[in-house]
Amino acid sequence: MKRLTFIRAALAAVVMAASPAAFAAGTAPQPPSMSWSWSGPFGQYDATQLQRGFKVFREVCAACHSAEYLAFRNLSQPGGPEFSAAQVKALAEEYKVKAGPNDQGEMYERPARPADHWPSPFPNREAATAANGGAYPPDLSVMAKARTYERGFPWFVFDIFTQFQEQGPDYLAALLKGYTDPPAGVTVPAGKYYNTYFPGHIIAMPSPLNDGAIEYPKGADGRPQAPETVAQYAKDVTAFMMWMAEPKLEQRKELGLKVMIFLLVFAGLLYFTKKKIWSKVEGDAHGLAF
Amino acid sequence: MSGHSTYVPKSAVGKWFESRLPIMGLIHSSFVVFPNPRNLNYLWTFGGILAFMLVSQILTGVVLAMHYTPHVDFAFSSVEKIMRDVNYGWLLRYLHANGASMFFIAVYVHIFRGLYYGSYKAPREILWILGVIIFLLMMATAFMGYVLPWGQMSFWGATVITNLFSAFPIVGESIVTWLWGGYSVANPTLNRFFSLHYLMPFMIAGVVVLHIWALHVPGSNNPAGVEKQTAKDTLPFHPYFTVKDAFALVCFIIMFSWFVFYTPNYLGHADNYIPANPAVTPAHIVPEWYFLPFYAILRAVPDKLGGVLLMFGAIAVLVFLPWLDTSKVKSAKYRPLFRQFFWVFAIVCVLLGWVGAKPAEGGYILLARVLTAYYFAHFLIILPLLGLFETPRKVPASIAEAVLGKGGSANAMAAGAHAEPNTKG
Repeated sequence: MKRLTFIRAALAAVVMAASPAAFAAGTAPQPPSMSWSWSGPFGQYDATQLQRGFKVFREVCAACHSAEYLAFRNLSQPGGPEFSAAQVKALAEEYKVKAGPNDQGEMYERPARPADHWPSPFPNREAATAANGGAYPPDLSVMAKARTYERGFPWFVFDIFTQFQEQGPDYLAALLKGYTDPPAGVTVPAGKYYNTYFPGHIIAMPSPLNDGAIEYPKGADGRPQAPETVAQYAKDVTAFMMWMAEPKLEQRKELGLKVMIFLLVFAGLLYFTKKKIWSKVEGDAHGLAF
Repeated sequence: MSGHSTYVPKSAVGKWFESRLPIMGLIHSSFVVFPNPRNLNYLWTFGGILAFMLVSQILTGVVLAMHYTPHVDFAFSSVEKIMRDVNYGWLLRYLHANGASMFFIAVYVHIFRGLYYGSYKAPREILWILGVIIFLLMMATAFMGYVLPWGQMSFWGATVITNLFSAFPIVGESIVTWLWGGYSVANPTLNRFFSLHYLMPFMIAGVVVLHIWALHVPGSNNPAGVEKQTAKDTLPFHPYFTVKDAFALVCFIIMFSWFVFYTPNYLGHADNYIPANPAVTPAHIVPEWYFLPFYAILRAVPDKLGGVLLMFGAIAVLVFLPWLDTSKVKSAKYRPLFRQFFWVFAIVCVLLGWVGAKPAEGGYILLARVLTAYYFAHFLIILPLLGLFETPRKVPASIAEAVLGKGGSANAMAAGAHAEPNTKG
């Protein structure tokens, strides 16, 4: 017994010695937790918010960023911004896509159709990189799932039960609002900017959002349906990016509810059937009988 | 599988068929009347759960393969197309990706059950070794499957792990070039990984058949670690264990569904939603969670070849476990000292997994080395010595005695044969 206590103590000592202080710290602070309409088992997108977010995306972000997995027709499908089919057709026609070759063997441009994907602002990756000071503006289609931050212990255990999946959106919204003057002693190279939440703090993208830059649709009282502030733009465009990354979220959670209810009822029935069948047998209960 | 079954078909067609291909008799003797120890706990349901998960992965995988393109320029896009445009493609993808994790959760519970109750001991040594082979095949399959979406982690994980083979002297570099089909992880690598990823589950299925065959010679072990002797010790597989396995399976599927429908990306890595870029190395390259303990062992050794050998050694040592553990007593239930070491070992494995996710810097390096040393010490030093020095508790004379107590075993009914059928209502 003494041997074992020693081993246990030695293990504990090693774990203690390997304390957080001994390890390298992360460079960027944790983004603040925001509340998102789609979180939790009954979460849904707010179609009006997604429409605002789309406006921010097309007026600001789409100048440099592509969204190759977004098709125009997605904008009118259920579980998203839910524009009407007519609106989507008209929107698509405002954009040009490369097509061809035609019967003469020439490539040509034509107005986009709902079936087309969102056209990239640049013909290829190299052009995008060259036009942006050597930094490629990444495609935004799955950006909300491509970013995260370390939750740490014990949060990563709780997250399974609370269904927390919003690390990406929290990070993106914080980044968009996170442009500040660099602290004393930090020099920012020319052509780059300081951002509190970007890993390493030096980001190539200038602050894309400014108060009042995008006009939101007016409500019944003649005022914008949401404040035209950087914070609101950041929230709405992040929501739009989340929908772009996970357009089937609403269907997934709806089906999940039906499946879980079915399985819980099924498990209950099987449990009582098992108990009934085993009641014929003498002996102790069965479980984790260690 | 020893001897003919007692199954007699009722219909003329049944008799005709059975005399030509006795598959009904095989199913009957293996999964209907097969005698299972009556004292099994729910840890024995994981074999059935694993069989279900293998079928689930194969079915979802085959349908996904109809829509996936194994080319570096199209792989990532084809997966996104599945997620967006294929009917219920998002469900197939999330079932398959999370199914792999569920498969490993179940296999680790199944293995640790075996470790605790001495299921690897005589006469089940071959059964255990077949299990280790299945585990290795699972790891190869999962590794190659993770490469297929061609995200950043797919590419860089493949680069790190395939590069390991260059550690072997003289032939190492040639092996790696041969594996890659080129001079780096590129399209030939992706294409052949797809082919092998489709193949290996069927190899797993074949070894699973052998695994169940080997199991059916002695029958299942049980929590008391005492072999079955009389009919009083056992119950027929159907209906007792079919219903119990079904209930456990549905509970497992509830957990599976929780991940698939509500937290489908929890067990994955965000970097794998960035398309693979050979020019940009991620800040931290980590494998999926089920590989983390072995990744920690790999990085614990400062020498590349040493790390590779120790990583494979960590699995190879399992093959020798039936002979390393010298105790004649099977179950930890009657081995109080072994039980303590078992739990320490379990905690060490979890800690190895945690360390595997951390960067190989600072205090994590020392921790990984201490834990790796303990991992091997458990198998190579502690278990052989325990059998010689431990005083086990008195083992029950039979399963029936373990379940019913000494008095009960004398007049225990062989359930099924003599028990009153339940009346309706």
